Amino acid sequence: MTQRERNWLLVAPAGAWFLVMLVLPLSVVFIFSFGERGAAGGYVPAFTFEQYANLPARLTAFKNTMILAPLGTLAAMLIAYPLAYQLAVRTDPKWKNILLVLVIVPFWTSILIRSYAWIFLLGGRGIPALLGTFGIEGVRLIYTPFAVLIGIVYGYLPLMVFPIYVALDRLDNRLLEASSDLGARPLATFFKVTLPLSIPGVATGCMLVFILLMGEFLIPALLGGGKVFFVGNALVDLFLQSRNWAFGSAVAFTLIVIMLVTVTIYMRLIARLQTGRDDVSVM
Amino acid sequence: MKIPDFPAENSEPSTQSQRDTCIAELKGVTKRFGDVVAAADLDLQLRQGEFISFLGPSGCGKTTALRMLAGFETPTEGEVLIDGQVVNALEPYNRPVNMVFQSYALFPHLTVADNIAYGLKQKRPRPPKSEIADKVGKALETVRLAGFEHRRIWEMSGGQQQRVALARAIVNEPKLLLLDEPLAALDRKLRKEMQIELQDIQRQLGITFILVTHDQEEALSLSDRIFVMRAGRIVQIGTPQDLYDNPGSRYVADFVGTSNFFDGRIDAVKGEISTLQTEGGLTLDGRNTANLTKGEKGCLSLRPEQIRISGEATDGSMEVTVQNRIFLGEHTEYLVRHEALGNISVLAPRQSELGARGFEKGDRAHLSWSGQSALILRPD
Repeated sequence: MTQRERNWLLVAPAGAWFLVMLVLPLSVVFIFSFGERGAAGGYVPAFTFEQYANLPARLTAFKNTMILAPLGTLAAMLIAYPLAYQLAVRTDPKWKNILLVLVIVPFWTSILIRSYAWIFLLGGRGIPALLGTFGIEGVRLIYTPFAVLIGIVYGYLPLMVFPIYVALDRLDNRLLEASSDLGARPLATFFKVTLPLSIPGVATGCMLVFILLMGEFLIPALLGGGKVFFVGNALVDLFLQSRNWAFGSAVAFTLIVIMLVTVTIYMRLIARLQTGRDDVSVM
Repeated sequence: MKIPDFPAENSEPSTQSQRDTCIAELKGVTKRFGDVVAAADLDLQLRQGEFISFLGPSGCGKTTALRMLAGFETPTEGEVLIDGQVVNALEPYNRPVNMVFQSYALFPHLTVADNIAYGLKQKRPRPPKSEIADKVGKALETVRLAGFEHRRIWEMSGGQQQRVALARAIVNEPKLLLLDEPLAALDRKLRKEMQIELQDIQRQLGITFILVTHDQEEALSLSDRIFVMRAGRIVQIGTPQDLYDNPGSRYVADFVGTSNFFDGRIDAVKGEISTLQTEGGLTLDGRNTANLTKGEKGCLSLRPEQIRISGEATDGSMEVTVQNRIFLGEHTEYLVRHEALGNISVLAPRQSELGARGFEKGDRAHLSWSGQSALILRPD
């Protein structure tokens, strides 16, 4: 067997999987998006751009997704970084693993159960009631964008913590010593050495969370209560409730294109950030 | 906390008067890590413009001593002084000291120029851009890397990275330059080249260099003075030739250069030269520099190059059998065996005629040396 054949053999299982589970369904979605809804729902073959023309009907879902997904990613990142830093840099090595396990403990139960807990916490008898005892009346949390944001950050925090933790944990302590030796105070060392070298971890975490958030539907369904809904919720509705497969396909395909474009721009920016920084600042 | 002000050092070559001023000092410094004593009661003074080596095997405390000067470790007891000021409580970023790390510790996300400019940019007030660029350019020239400003660290070879690390340190004009086994990762030829360059740069800048090494050859060829360390203590301080010719103990004789050792007891003391009776019953002459008295245990040290090897017996020579012959180019090393003394290493200069065969394994040969070239040391 030649090296080339062996290479093919190694990627064959994944290749077959992607073909059957990704390329084929996507092709179906693409074809359906140019079709029409049957009288009793489902799909009738056709070639029309009607479904795409109808997209503005679901503008709110796109708007919510495009605002709350990046915002949730940003919030998760801002909360995860100090936590990951504390775990990777400041924690005694013998406690590290125990604390890391604690970070993923929430994954031991279903997100559904945990989101239900949040419904109670954010609902009338939860945090608003508690605030009421301090004289802060009339706070409404449940079924607001803020509730969805809390749910998102809560649910996806571990996914953000891990890549950042790994990047910070790998950081060579001698680089920090070198920085200090060259006259940099701790804060300067953080911004000039630690932060730039942990960017790859931050970038990975943000991408993971962002991509998953773009397709999220459970958290907005439970904590947004039909008022704050994502594209994911629109898709559930179109495919399962109103059985408008053609329009659903158009919405789904549009979401994929938006994601592709955003992620491509994002990766370009990160790549530039990593290689182009400070390049000419001295000269 | 008040941060002491360290005036910038002018970079003229050191003059004799500068050389006599003490630039750094350890006073009774002890460092303990838990129960482990890494450095014990170190007392040493470094003079302005000196090239100093801390020499010893790994774990002897040389790196700990260096890290206490840099500020990465705080002494458990005693005082560290730089330029007359006690710096025990001073953080590394407030010390007028720079370090070249063993693994270089260059910043992988910065270019060569930005690595070198790093320290200058931390100065307050921050020097103007033109001044930084100027100094970076000069530092690159000093380490012969002009034109590499925009290279990435990972585009540089090990030897080049070494130079960048050196440039990054010297550009700050530190009072002390600390080098932690800087050449350990380089191959032999490159190491030789860098040794010569290090010495040139040190002479040129007049900065006090402190080199930590376990490589005796490196320490011997580079240093003005060597501090030989063992188990956290300094066992001897001296110039390279001093240490080589007058080692104070068997340990130093063994670590600085190579030597043959014969254990025994002092048999007779007659002036400077004494006689040692070996365990095998042989009597050997040597300089009694340790002032041992009759009956005391001693150890005779004899450098391989001080022994003459010959085919004919002379007055007082010892007959041996050649065990092995190692061709070293300009020298030939013979490992010979003596009935009573055991294995002896002899370094013979190459015969003047090319192709002369020397001694082969199994040959009988005769060794002789002068009593002046052997040393009787305190065994340890």
